[in-house]
Amino acid sequence: MNAPVNLEDHEALAFSLPLDKIDPSRPELFRDDTVHPYFRRLRRDAPVHYTAESEYGPFWSVTKYKDIMTVEVNHKAFSSSSQFGGITIRDRAKELELPMFIAMDPPKHDIQRQAVQPIVAPGNLAKMEGIIRERVCTILDGLPRGEEFNWVDKVSIELTVQMLATLFDFPQEDRRLLSHWSDCATALPMPGGLIENEEQREAKFREMAAYFINLWNQRVNAEPAPDLISMMAHAPATRNMPPREFMGNLVLLIVGGNDTTRNSISGGVWFFSQNPGEYAKLKANPALVDSAVPEIIRYQTPLSHMRRTAVADFELNGQKIREGDKVIMWYLSGNRDEEAIEEPERFIIDRARPRQHLSFGFGIHRCVGNRLAEMQLKILWEEILKRDLKIEVLGPPQRVMSPFVHGITHLPVKLAA
Amino acid sequence: MPKVTYIEHNGTEHAVEVPVGLSVMRGAVDNNVPGIDADCGGECACATCHVFVDPAWEARTGTPSEQEASMLSFAATKQDNSRLSCQIEMTAALDGLVVRMPEAQH
Ligand code: HEM
Ligand code: FES
Repeated sequence: MNAPVNLEDHEALAFSLPLDKIDPSRPELFRDDTVHPYFRRLRRDAPVHYTAESEYGPFWSVTKYKDIMTVEVNHKAFSSSSQFGGITIRDRAKELELPMFIAMDPPKHDIQRQAVQPIVAPGNLAKMEGIIRERVCTILDGLPRGEEFNWVDKVSIELTVQMLATLFDFPQEDRRLLSHWSDCATALPMPGGLIENEEQREAKFREMAAYFINLWNQRVNAEPAPDLISMMAHAPATRNMPPREFMGNLVLLIVGGNDTTRNSISGGVWFFSQNPGEYAKLKANPALVDSAVPEIIRYQTPLSHMRRTAVADFELNGQKIREGDKVIMWYLSGNRDEEAIEEPERFIIDRARPRQHLSFGFGIHRCVGNRLAEMQLKILWEEILKRDLKIEVLGPPQRVMSPFVHGITHLPVKLAA
Repeated sequence: MPKVTYIEHNGTEHAVEVPVGLSVMRGAVDNNVPGIDADCGGECACATCHVFVDPAWEARTGTPSEQEASMLSFAATKQDNSRLSCQIEMTAALDGLVVRMPEAQH
């Protein structure tokens, strides 16, 4: 493909390219926020589409909401296992990975998830709500007034990391290690990048493991406390987990809850700035925060896709997927599918069924942290509203160059003095 | 039309008429009965339509499918009489069905 510059050029190209030349995985399309026309074309003309050549090898794109749901619920035909390359478009070498149930199939997936899920169930989360709210208040009250700053750094990252540190009762002074490790877990290895190769990634995992094993040892010998490590150290289902599995689950909770929540926080501010009418609605009726939060998560779609590998032949919407094929469920596309969601291109905070979106996946791998993520965003927007913070967005966001993490790295804002 | 009684976790009861052929989940959602979220819209893919079937009705509502059983197995509040209400289809024989909701859906 040539390299068009603006959205109109992409629009024209997306609808004129031969279908077999379309590759919606190109990282720059996500950095430039120009991928949507390609998804629109695929949804219209080739909802289950094959790209023969890409940076990530050949893959199927599933772009319609209902077809994505079909893949999600047919986990017997579509594996998440790291044995076949895992859960993102980019194959990962399995021997380097910590065991995480997001990249396992039943029965092992089910057993591990059964152990972890109760820990982030709403009843337990309620116990942490007060302290999370306190932290949110402290951050919001400490923000600079009347001068430009990067919302992503000062609020989204800081808040997400503090919330994670709170959830794990992780030493607050070291809290940025959490986002550092999480970034290392998801970064694309590249020269001069955060990590340059897989060996460096593994070294980071070892550093993190050492830190957490220390915390585990402290908690297991202390009275049970309402933090995730203590809960895991004392719960019958998790307390005898082999150390590497315990580690894998911790990393999964950290990575799972880190840039996804971060990018929903940034996205929300951007969407409200582009849709002042929706913000006015929210101000007039703060109870709408309950439906605004899932809408922010839909509209952002913090993970553009999840990947499966076919372990059986499967006919999906007329296409024959073969055993061994890589299958990408493009949540970013399914969340804008006009056949599943009314006026999907618009950000509307009072939708009747706001939780019917794909951002958390569906089926046995549906996000364990989905109610936790919603709770965090809800607290944030409640406190922003209480303070009547006037957030002026000074320019468009800069975005992550990745077909997986759909995120914002920079959002310049100013708060009224 | 057959009736279903939905009992919220706090004890509030809602008696609702649910057309034959619709799911017990639909009956709640279409009538704004709180306590059933149904994030996936009835695809047996989210487990946020979890209910406890009154013991008197368990035999008539049947047993969960394999997919339903694995989704239910992740629910912290699961009991022996747990079902996903989107997987219970209304029939005339279920007239009078009583289901209770868990503390929260997850
Ligand atoms: C807005 C924020 C979040 C989004 C958009 C998100 C998205 C997702 C997605 C798409 C999946 C995989 C679904 C699939 O493979 O079908 C997932 C799984 C998971 N998420 Fe999240 N997530 C978020 C927040 C969190 C938080 C805060 C936590 C931490 C508690 C978390 C923990 C997990 C875990 C443990 C899994 C694996 C579940 C499994 O494989 O059974 N996530 N999430
Ligand atoms: S509505 Fe999702 S499982 Fe019943």
